[in-house]
Amino acid sequence: MHKLSISDLQDIRDRNRATFTLRKGVCRAKVTVHMGTCGIAAGARSVMTALMNEIMRSGQEDIVVKAAGCGGLCSREPMAVIELPGSPPVIYGGLNEEKIKEIFREHIMGGKPAERYAVALGSGIVF
Amino acid sequence: METAVRTHAMLCGGTGCMASGAMKVKAAMEDEFRKKGIQDEAKVVLSGCNGFCAKGPVMAVYPDETFYQNIRAEDVPSLVEEHFLKGRPYQKLAFKEQEKKVAIPSIHDIPFFKHQVLVVLKNKGLIDPERIEDYITMDGYKALSKALTLMKPEEIVKVVSDSGLRGRGGAGFPTGKKWELGLKIKAEEKFVVCNGDEGDPGAFMDRSVMEADPHAVIEGMIICGIATGSHKGYIYVRAEYPLAVKRLQIAIDQCYEAGLLGNNILNSGFDFDLEIYQGAGAFVCGEATALMRSIEGKRGMPRPKLWRSAVKGLWDKPTVLNNVETFANIPQIILNGAGWYRSLGTEKSAGTKVFALTGAVNNVGLVEVPMDTTLRKIIFDIGGGIDRKGRKFKAVQLGGPSGGCIPEAYLDIPVTYEAIQQSGAIVGSGGMVVMDTSTCMVSTAKFFLEFTADESCGKCTPCRIGTRLMHDLLIDICEGRGKKGDIEMLEEMSETIISASLCGLGQSAPNPVLSTIRHFRQEYEAHIEDKWCAAGVCSDLCTFYIDEQQCKGCGACMRACPSQAIEGEKKKPHKILQSACLHCRTCVDTCKFNAIKILPASARNANEADLKYMAGMAVESNVSVGVSE
Repeated sequence: MHKLSISDLQDIRDRNRATFTLRKGVCRAKVTVHMGTCGIAAGARSVMTALMNEIMRSGQEDIVVKAAGCGGLCSREPMAVIELPGSPPVIYGGLNEEKIKEIFREHIMGGKPAERYAVALGSGIVF
Repeated sequence: METAVRTHAMLCGGTGCMASGAMKVKAAMEDEFRKKGIQDEAKVVLSGCNGFCAKGPVMAVYPDETFYQNIRAEDVPSLVEEHFLKGRPYQKLAFKEQEKKVAIPSIHDIPFFKHQVLVVLKNKGLIDPERIEDYITMDGYKALSKALTLMKPEEIVKVVSDSGLRGRGGAGFPTGKKWELGLKIKAEEKFVVCNGDEGDPGAFMDRSVMEADPHAVIEGMIICGIATGSHKGYIYVRAEYPLAVKRLQIAIDQCYEAGLLGNNILNSGFDFDLEIYQGAGAFVCGEATALMRSIEGKRGMPRPKLWRSAVKGLWDKPTVLNNVETFANIPQIILNGAGWYRSLGTEKSAGTKVFALTGAVNNVGLVEVPMDTTLRKIIFDIGGGIDRKGRKFKAVQLGGPSGGCIPEAYLDIPVTYEAIQQSGAIVGSGGMVVMDTSTCMVSTAKFFLEFTADESCGKCTPCRIGTRLMHDLLIDICEGRGKKGDIEMLEEMSETIISASLCGLGQSAPNPVLSTIRHFRQEYEAHIEDKWCAAGVCSDLCTFYIDEQQCKGCGACMRACPSQAIEGEKKKPHKILQSACLHCRTCVDTCKFNAIKILPASARNANEADLKYMAGMAVESNVSVGVSE
C-alpha cells in the first residue's frame, strides 16, 4: 500500500462499500432466490449464478442477494423475489438464466418490473 | 477476476472462540463451500470478538443476519447445505433461550444483542481486524482526517471535555481535563500512553477491543497526539494477550505502510510514532505510574503522586495516559460531536461502558450499554439470568480486586460511577462477575485478598504485610478458627491499608472485604460464631444432611459422591455417613429435590433428632443462603 492522502481514504471507502452494504443491510435492491429442494431441482442454482455474474458485470455494489427456502409454489420454481425500497416486492417464477438477466436489466437497473415473468406484484396476483 | 460475493459468514476470531475451535470451523466451511461449488459467492471472514463468548465458536451470516453458536466442524456440512445452499436457518445451531425450545435465528432478536448499544464495539463482528481497508470503510481514520485538517488542538480538547468522557480504566477521571493539562504544558517532548494492562480476574474488555478493532485504539491515540502536541506513543499490553499483541502489531505495520503513522501523516505535516510495549503481567503495572516505570525498563512500582503524569510522566516528560476503551471512544466523539456522546448515559457518566459479563449467568460475554442502564437489565435481560436451575442471584462483583460485591437490593441502580461507588463497589475497568446462592461471600473476599496479597509490589508495608495478614485472618474464619472481634479487626486493618498505601492497588485492596462485610455481615458472623458456612463452600464449616421428607431415594447423590459416603435403598430416604463425608458439596449440586441441607459444623456429631431440628431451623433462618433454601 502506498502512502495515503485523505482523498485516498475516501476512495477506499467507496471501493469497499459493497462489502459493508452486505453486512450492514443498507441496499438499493434485495433479490431473494428460492433455493428449496424444489427450486434447486428446477434450476435455481444456475439462476443464482447467472444473477451473481450479472451483478458483477454491472459493477453494482449495493444489491443484496439472499437465498431462501421453498416459497410454497413449487410448480413455478425457480422463483425469485425482488424488492426495491419504497415499492412492493415482485415475485418472479419459471426463471432461467436468460430471464433473470432480462429482469436484472429491466427491474433492478431500470426500476420497471418485468411483468411478463411476474407471478405476483406486491399482494396482487397477475398469473 | 474477482467475483461478486453474496454472503459473508463472519466467524468470530476472538481468543475465546479460537480456543473453542474457530479455526477448525473456518477450514471446514471453506472446504464445504468448495465442495458445493459456492466458494466464489460465499466467503468466510474471521472477525474480532463477537461478544457472545460463552456460546463459541459463534458466527453471524450476512446479509441474512443469522446467528449461529457452538459450531463444531462436524456440523458444518449440514449448516452449509441448509443455510448457504437452501437458504433456511439451520435450527440446530441457532440461539435458543434457556428452557425454551424455540430457535431465534436473527441476531437482532436475540436478547443478548438486542439490548446493547454499540459505540466502542460498533465494528465488532463486522470487520476483519487484520484488514485496514475494512476499518477505513467503516469510516475509520475519518476522525483523524477531521482532526488534522479542520480542528485546532484546543478544539479537539474542547470536544473531548464537552463529551463528558471519563477514564474507562476504572478511576473515571475526566479525559478532557487530562488532555487539557497535556496540551497546556510546554515541553519539547511529550508522550501518549495507552494502558492495555488489563489484569482483573474475570475482565476481558480491553483485550476484546484490541483484538476486534485495533485501529480504533490507534486512531484515538494519534488524535490525542495531535491534541496534546505529542509525537510518540506506547501501547502497554501484557504478553499474556498474544492475539491482541499480534493484531495491534499488524495494525501498526499497516498504518506505517499507509502513512497513517510515521512522518507527515496523510500529508499534513504531523508526525506520530507508535510502538507496543509488552508487559510481563504484573497486576500493579496497570497502575499508571508503575506502568510508566515498566516502560522505562525499571521494576514496575508506583511512585508518590506529587505531580500528575500529564506534567511529569514517562522519562519525566509530560505524558497523557488513557485506557484502551477510552482511546477507542475518541474517533467517534470527534466525528459525531460531544452532544451525541452526551445523549448516551447520564449527565455525570456520559456515554457507554463495555462490561465483561461472566460468572453464574446464562450469557457470558462482552456487553456494551449506555451508563444509565441498570444492573438488573445487564444481568437478567442481556445476561439471561442465573444459569443453574434452583439457584438465585446473590451478588455481583464489580471492579475486580479493587471493587466490591453488590447484593440484590441494589440491582436497580444504574452503572454510573457515582451509583456504583455508593453501593460499595467501583465501575472499575468493567469486569462483572455474577454470583449465585452457592457462593460463600467470605471465601470470595478471601479469593480477592489472596490475589492482591500476591500482586502487591511490596513497596508500602501496610499493603505488603497488611493484605497478607487480612488474608490469613480470612483463612482462619473460613477454617473455623474465627473469633469474636475478627470482623472489627478486618475493618480496622482495611482502614490502615487504605490510608497508608501509595497507589490504587493498596488503597482499594480491602474493598472486597469491606463491601462483603457491609452487605453480608451475617454471613461473617455465622462463620465466626456458629461455625457455619450456609453455602457449603467452606468445608470445615458445614455438615450435609438429607431431609427424609424431601428425599425421593433416586440415588443420584449416591452415584455422584466421590467418597461413597451416601447410603440408602432405592425409593427410600438416603443417609449421609458423616465419618466418610468429604464436604465437597457434590451431592447438593446433584440433588434435584433440594433434599440436602447444609448445617453448621457442630451437626456432625449430633444425633438424628437434633439434626432434624437443625434442618428445620436452617430453612427458617434467613441466614441460610445455600441451595437448600
